[in-house]
Amino acid sequence: MKVMISAFVAALVIASLSPIVLNQFGWSSAEMTSSESVRLD
Amino acid sequence: MNKNLFGAAALVLATLLFNPAWAQEAPTADRTATGGAQTLEDIMRRQEQLKLDESFRSENLGNPANAAPITDQLGTRGGISDADAWRSIRYNKIDPTVQSPGPANGVMIQDEGIAWYKLREGPVITYGGSALLGIIVLLVIFYFVRGRIMIDGGPAGTTIERFKPVERFGHWLLAGSFIALGITGLITLMGRSFLIPVLGPDAFATLAAGSKWLHNNIAWAFMLGLVMTFVMWVAHNIPNKLDWQWLKAGGGIFTKSHPSAKKFNAGQKIVFWTVMVLGVSVSLSGLSLLFPFQMPMFADTFGVINSVLGTSLPTDLAPHQEMQYANIWHSIVAFVMMVAIIAHIYIGSVGMEGAFDAMGNGQVDLEWARQHHDLWVADVEAKQDKGGSS
Repeated sequence: MKVMISAFVAALVIASLSPIVLNQFGWSSAEMTSSESVRLD
Repeated sequence: MNKNLFGAAALVLATLLFNPAWAQEAPTADRTATGGAQTLEDIMRRQEQLKLDESFRSENLGNPANAAPITDQLGTRGGISDADAWRSIRYNKIDPTVQSPGPANGVMIQDEGIAWYKLREGPVITYGGSALLGIIVLLVIFYFVRGRIMIDGGPAGTTIERFKPVERFGHWLLAGSFIALGITGLITLMGRSFLIPVLGPDAFATLAAGSKWLHNNIAWAFMLGLVMTFVMWVAHNIPNKLDWQWLKAGGGIFTKSHPSAKKFNAGQKIVFWTVMVLGVSVSLSGLSLLFPFQMPMFADTFGVINSVLGTSLPTDLAPHQEMQYANIWHSIVAFVMMVAIIAHIYIGSVGMEGAFDAMGNGQVDLEWARQHHDLWVADVEAKQDKGGSS
């Protein structure tokens, strides 16, 4: 059962870290709608 | 068997939905009375959701070769009227320059979205939800008809290691993330219909936002678990003649026999390949949805299918259509997987005595192992004897 719980915790850790890692590669979904990529000029 | 039937039904449903060649052919219409413009019959067919050949509009986009002199009417438009220009926009036949850059911002009208929305809110929820309820009802009936599959003669009292910790970690990483993805996916798909009336819009908005965050991010754990389990177990899941014998005996479920099996029997191999094939498919469509307009894959997929099967699936898709196909496909595949996994959870827990221990603590009763995986036990014991004597 320890392995099962540790795998569940690992899944949550991966979920928590993935936005940070993706952001490092410029894949942030928040950035896609930010003012940097939406210019009205 | 049920898993196969549901899988086939979903494939047929998907093919019917995506294959216009199989749909009802639109009759040719006489539009001389309107000078080629749409008629009342066209409008009525559209309202009645009947098939309508839109080429009289989608191909009527003006002709610059027939442009009037600049001093005449339409001269400044180069032979293209406002109506022609809007039809071009509607059918995505122009490449407009827009101020807001982005991969899909040039699509100004996209009326296929209505069909997608109706499909998502209608058949996908109805048939998908029915499939989930159906498999649960079938398993309850099966439980009362067949009862729990017990260890013949009772447990031996001694155990054998069935799965190593790393194998169980990979399994539970995949399983835990899949359950989270399934629940949050159902909240996203069905919440508008079923949860808002119960929770109210404010509480649902919080739940939906949390579900979206978890769904988008725990997907990486699912994909890692998928890779881990594939690498660890693929060698044990190659089909062989023994599987045919196991299937012919129905796994001994109703005959209460114990057909021979190695580490994984034919039923487990079916679950393995179902999870792997559908898991890759749902991951790819999920990635396409996770990075909107960055990973279109349906036009290319349809092109390959057309070249192999001779079908006429659409290959000229607007960016939004790509997302709509990805969304519908993601839902259908996820439902098929959920049906399969619910059956898997049943047989691995309440359905069979001693089965959960394999993934619980990795140690299974020796008698259970001999009855369900006799050749695997013999192989393990032979290796132990060899190790002990050397």
